[in-house]
Amino acid sequence: MERSEIITITKKFLSEEFEVDIDTIKDNENLRETLDLDSLDYVDLVVLIEENLGFKPTAEDFKTVETFDDFYNLVEQKLMNV
Amino acid sequence: MENRVVITGVGIYSCIGENLTEVLDSLKNGKSGIIYDAIRNDFGYRSSLTGFVKDPDLKPFLSRRERMGMHQPAMFAYMSTKEALENSNLDVDFLDKNETGIIFGNDSTAGAVIETIDKVREKKDTTLIGSGDIFQNMNCTVNMNLSTIYKLKGINITLSAACASGSHSIGMGYLLIKQGLQERVICGGAQEINIFAMGSFDGLGAFSIKQDQPHNASRPFDRDRDGLVPSGGAATVIIESLESALKRNAPIYGEVVGYGFSSNGDHISNPNFDGQYRSLNMSLKLAGVSPSEIDYINAHATSTIVGDKTEAQVIAEVFGSKIPVSSTKSMTGHECWMAGASEIVYSLLMMNNDFIAPNINFENPDEDSQKINVVPEYREKKIDCFLSNSFGFGGTNSSLIIKKYKP
Repeated sequence: MERSEIITITKKFLSEEFEVDIDTIKDNENLRETLDLDSLDYVDLVVLIEENLGFKPTAEDFKTVETFDDFYNLVEQKLMNV
Repeated sequence: MENRVVITGVGIYSCIGENLTEVLDSLKNGKSGIIYDAIRNDFGYRSSLTGFVKDPDLKPFLSRRERMGMHQPAMFAYMSTKEALENSNLDVDFLDKNETGIIFGNDSTAGAVIETIDKVREKKDTTLIGSGDIFQNMNCTVNMNLSTIYKLKGINITLSAACASGSHSIGMGYLLIKQGLQERVICGGAQEINIFAMGSFDGLGAFSIKQDQPHNASRPFDRDRDGLVPSGGAATVIIESLESALKRNAPIYGEVVGYGFSSNGDHISNPNFDGQYRSLNMSLKLAGVSPSEIDYINAHATSTIVGDKTEAQVIAEVFGSKIPVSSTKSMTGHECWMAGASEIVYSLLMMNNDFIAPNINFENPDEDSQKINVVPEYREKKIDCFLSNSFGFGGTNSSLIIKKYKP
């Protein structure tokens, strides 16, 4: 999957599920703060990633993610290994 | 000194109306909320009749996180509670600062549980269930959700007592306020409506099979009744000490003056004369009123052969043949865990608007119902005091007596 496609899919499911304006999802913005995630929301984020991107991240994976850009990097890396 | 306990907020989300205004109109006009649900037939139900309420869209009112733990019981209860808080002039800021409890009746979360288990069966991985399901699955789902949303600081317990759950919730709240342990309690009952919730009940053969005439199917006390019609939604009754109500200048819709309860200690599903008799008499004794002071009885009568028969016998024994009786289940169907609370709301609407709602479909009495005064059509009537019965599987009985408030 191309990075541009990953970004399009990700923005769509994150904005719909977490009910934020899609335009607030910018590469260098903080993912947790932008989406206002608490610990329960991360449980849902795992479900969403599995449904929309086809892999299941671990808690360890999220340690590397601060910005949306970090998230796209994670997705690229995971999909390469699938 | 014991507190007087008054009703300062009421809300309803039912198959005969999604708010008090709609429900009042239905009660006056004898409007049935029963439909034929073809999905039930396909699923294997013996009877596809049901009361119907739609799942409300809560997005305009609640955040995603607040909605995540809600399935039908909590969604319906949110709607009725929202209305009750509004007409009680209560808001989150007040509730956050002034101790308020919640005792809500609920006795199943079948729809939520089965949807969750289906996810696990498909994914074979519990970590892919999502975060909301646990809060939908637990029987205390209404309490968990509403106490969080409204920042409630008082007692917080769910009351499960089969089809008397809603009635006992008001009764227990009443006792706590009367004794001075709580100033204000949000009481009520919620009942899910989905194919998973009522299948096992349908399997007992207890439901009406007059499927070609949904509006005529629920016919409590009528000679030709053939079973109940399941239904659902939610009702909320906010009760409060008189002192607290007067202090905040709250509206007062009625006063709870008596609560009786009993257990049959007998058959798990069959009604029992003695159990109902004891519950009724206990409520009268606690209220300090004589049977002749009751202006209206809202019967539990669900339209089953044996249940209505027993209740008619008990009413005849305790109250004689004069006091007007109706079962609003003739219009709503049996709202089960919600019924004891919703029927207080329906009766309050009657008391405060001077009428008795009809026991629709009561065309011919049987040998027992001919001994009581079943009201088959809308009747103007001044009501100062009414009694509401609720009886449930397992032999749990509850009777509430409500009076018009007089200073």
